[in-house]
Amino acid sequence: MEQPVLLEMRHIDKVFPGVRALSNVDFTLRAGEIHSLMGENGAGKSTLVKVLTGVYQRDGGTISLLGKRISPKTPKEAQEAGISTVYQEVNLCKNLTVAENIFIGREPRKHGFIDWATINKRAAELLDSLGVHIDVTKTLDHYSVAVQQMIAIARAIDIEAKILILDEPTSSLDEQETQQLFRIIRMLQKQGLGIIFISHFLEQIYELCDHITVLRNGELVGAYEVEKLPRLELIAKMVGKDLNAVKHMDDFAEKSVPQEEVFLEADHIGEVGQLADVALKLHKGEVVGFAGLLGSGRTETAEILFGAHQPTKGQLKVKGKPVQFGSPMGAMRERIAFCPEDRKTAGIIGDLSVRENIILAMQAKDGMFHHIPYSKQVEIADKYIDLLKIKVSDRDQLIKNLSGGNQQKAIIARWLATKPELLILDEPTRGIDVGTKTEIQKMAIELAKKQGMAVVFISSEMDEMTRTCSKLMVMRDRRKVAELTGDEVNSENVMRAIAGGASS
Amino acid sequence: MSSVKDKLRAFSDSSLFLPVVALAVLLAFNAIFVDGFLTISLTEDGRLYGRMIDILNRSCSLVILALGMTFVIATAGIDISVGAVVAISAAVVCTLLGGRGDGVAETPLALAMLAAVGVGILCGAWNGLLVAKFKIQAMVATLILMTAGRGIAQLMTEGQIITVYYKPFAYISGVIPGNILPTNIFIALAMVLLVAFLMKKTSIGLFIQSVGINPTAARYAGINVTMVIFLVYAFSGFCAGVSGLIESSLIRAADANNAGLNMEMDAILAVALGGTLLSGGKFYIGGSVIGAVTIQTLTTTMYALGVSSDQLPVVKAIAVIAICLIQSKKAQEMFAAWKERNRGGSKSLSQGSGSTGTKAVNEA
Ligand SMILES: Nc1ncnc2c1ncn2[C@@H]1O[C@H](COP(=O)(O)OP(=O)(O)OP(=O)(O)O)[C@@H](O)[C@H]1O
Ligand SMILES: [Mg+2]
Repeated sequence: MEQPVLLEMRHIDKVFPGVRALSNVDFTLRAGEIHSLMGENGAGKSTLVKVLTGVYQRDGGTISLLGKRISPKTPKEAQEAGISTVYQEVNLCKNLTVAENIFIGREPRKHGFIDWATINKRAAELLDSLGVHIDVTKTLDHYSVAVQQMIAIARAIDIEAKILILDEPTSSLDEQETQQLFRIIRMLQKQGLGIIFISHFLEQIYELCDHITVLRNGELVGAYEVEKLPRLELIAKMVGKDLNAVKHMDDFAEKSVPQEEVFLEADHIGEVGQLADVALKLHKGEVVGFAGLLGSGRTETAEILFGAHQPTKGQLKVKGKPVQFGSPMGAMRERIAFCPEDRKTAGIIGDLSVRENIILAMQAKDGMFHHIPYSKQVEIADKYIDLLKIKVSDRDQLIKNLSGGNQQKAIIARWLATKPELLILDEPTRGIDVGTKTEIQKMAIELAKKQGMAVVFISSEMDEMTRTCSKLMVMRDRRKVAELTGDEVNSENVMRAIAGGASS
Repeated sequence: MSSVKDKLRAFSDSSLFLPVVALAVLLAFNAIFVDGFLTISLTEDGRLYGRMIDILNRSCSLVILALGMTFVIATAGIDISVGAVVAISAAVVCTLLGGRGDGVAETPLALAMLAAVGVGILCGAWNGLLVAKFKIQAMVATLILMTAGRGIAQLMTEGQIITVYYKPFAYISGVIPGNILPTNIFIALAMVLLVAFLMKKTSIGLFIQSVGINPTAARYAGINVTMVIFLVYAFSGFCAGVSGLIESSLIRAADANNAGLNMEMDAILAVALGGTLLSGGKFYIGGSVIGAVTIQTLTTTMYALGVSSDQLPVVKAIAVIAICLIQSKKAQEMFAAWKERNRGGSKSLSQGSGSTGTKAVNEA
């Protein structure tokens, strides 16, 4: 029996200056359905969602909710109509409490005053119902990104929601947290909500969703039932090539062979409260993966290697020479580059152009008195826009207007432009579409092979680590617990090391 | 013809639009209501003379302050101490020159000027240290010098108004014999050119914007955020030092209580009027300069119309409200929608019924 149609979007158009983000897109969502929106970076997924939630005003087309025409002008209106959203970038206030975050803007009142007791009680109940048991009176920054994500969902569903939209909610969650999220989503599905789920993880799509709508370059490719659309076909539809062309896209690249020369050595470094103990050697021409769970100290290690934090013990050596960075600039002078995981807060300078964002690190390194001439900036920007296939309408458009994945690529470009000898990539493929993902993995290997670059690759996806890295450093509880090389690099070994079994 | 139209449209979209229009409106108002406002004549000893020259002469110190303030605001900071630093600088130069009735300077003029500007830079560096190094909120950090500054100036002048009779001191804000314009106009021009040169030939502008927009990301990109913020306040202090010279030369005296009084507010207002958002990020030097001249014109106009100096703040407050309204996102959206409608209107006129026809087909 078919469920009733909840939402019908017809002939949706949306134009931004210089780019047609959506043209003539149809989308249908039924009650009790988990429907995935798929497409490459910049295909228009987030834009479609934002048109639906009133963040953007559509330029054409109609939206009907339960048969009634709607035109939400603001997210608030959309929410009141029953459309709730958890956006790609978590939009909560870090210095408010959990409960405040859930009820901000619609606080229950008593005699005209905000009723704190009710707020705290209801927030706790709400989170309990999602299986999240935390202290709702603590401020948000006490909790991990995953928990913040759940809080955003709690906020979204508390409002009489009929439709719940999740735009890349799992990109910063680990396996276990993802499963917890899925449990919640399925629970809401049973209650008859229609759910729109956007993700670049194919496994998750196939595990969770029952329908897929594919977009390409702002146009509708089609809507499919998951069972009738094998993976390869889906990818072919996303990139707009035929099946044979994508068959070999996923092939492994031959791993890079490390050179003799050690580029960087960390002699039992640590930082009070952040990192217990890590010793490692990074050879030239080697792709080293930092494996481990969220919070195991991978990012902390990387930040010390980049001079963003100072080690309180141990010694760093670059090419055998003891160094003390003091600041990121210190590390950059030794030709170390670091692409941070949190692109919104530590990566992009939102109100600057794509060009300026790309040349920024290079300019900082050259110093303010060696201004890179405009024509040179254009040349560099264009080169990397081309190389990484960054989808822009204009190199001088603001970077904040790029799609999430394309922002990520621009930040990678920023660091490639500095011609580093050690490139540290922290979650470089987060939010990147399947096709580009393999390209970035291959790029890491190529840089190591062809230019002898040492590359550090940090990722929560085991699969991409094992296929890219020639060496894996496994971390647990803020210390290194194992090092795997050559044939030992496989997921079982990593799992065992994380679980605390064999350590070599 | 269409290119003129395009240019007009580009200009109406540009950041300079608002300040230029505001200034033009004020000037037009003056030209109509103030007799001889636009006349500029030549005096016997070869100086240019007129109300417009007067306004320019009076604007100089504010223009210079606005330059420094623009950078501070671009880093998402604020410097409310500049008025007090003007008083300190004035006190330094006048104390050094001395108030001898026979018109002899106790210190060579150049040395006294250098000292005043140097003290200005020191004050700015102090602010910079507090904000950049100790991470004290800019408003609070600069409040310290704002309140203490005049006291320091008082101490230097020993609580008196020092009048300088040494003649060349007046030349800073006056006309050097043989010149046609007051010297401070050249000083302000030189400062503006210096800043323009720095913007064009160095990356300091890019770094300041990056720090103002996203300091964390700027740090990760290798920018020395602490240094940038420090420099910005030091430069603001430098500007205040120079302004102090001009202000004291205008009245040939150091008045610790009144020199530069409320000028920080005018400077902030000038920057805001120029289109730079107080939340930091993108900044507009040209806008700030025009903004400063506009505010001085407003002040002069009000005096010409007989508004007393204690009522002046009310008028300025109204100007502030108007600026905030015009700059608010909501108002801009409304303006854009209005422009869009007008544009759409003219388009459908020129294309006739064709476009409406296709639309109807689409909907059918
Ligand atoms: N505010 C904006 N101004 C201008 N262009 C925009 C704006 N928002 C999105 N775009 C453009 O619209 C297109 C679609 O972007 P959208 O964010 O919808 O992509 P997406 O499918 O969500 O991609 P991703 O997987 O990378 O998140 C892109 O080309 C993007 O540059
Ligand atoms: Mg998106």
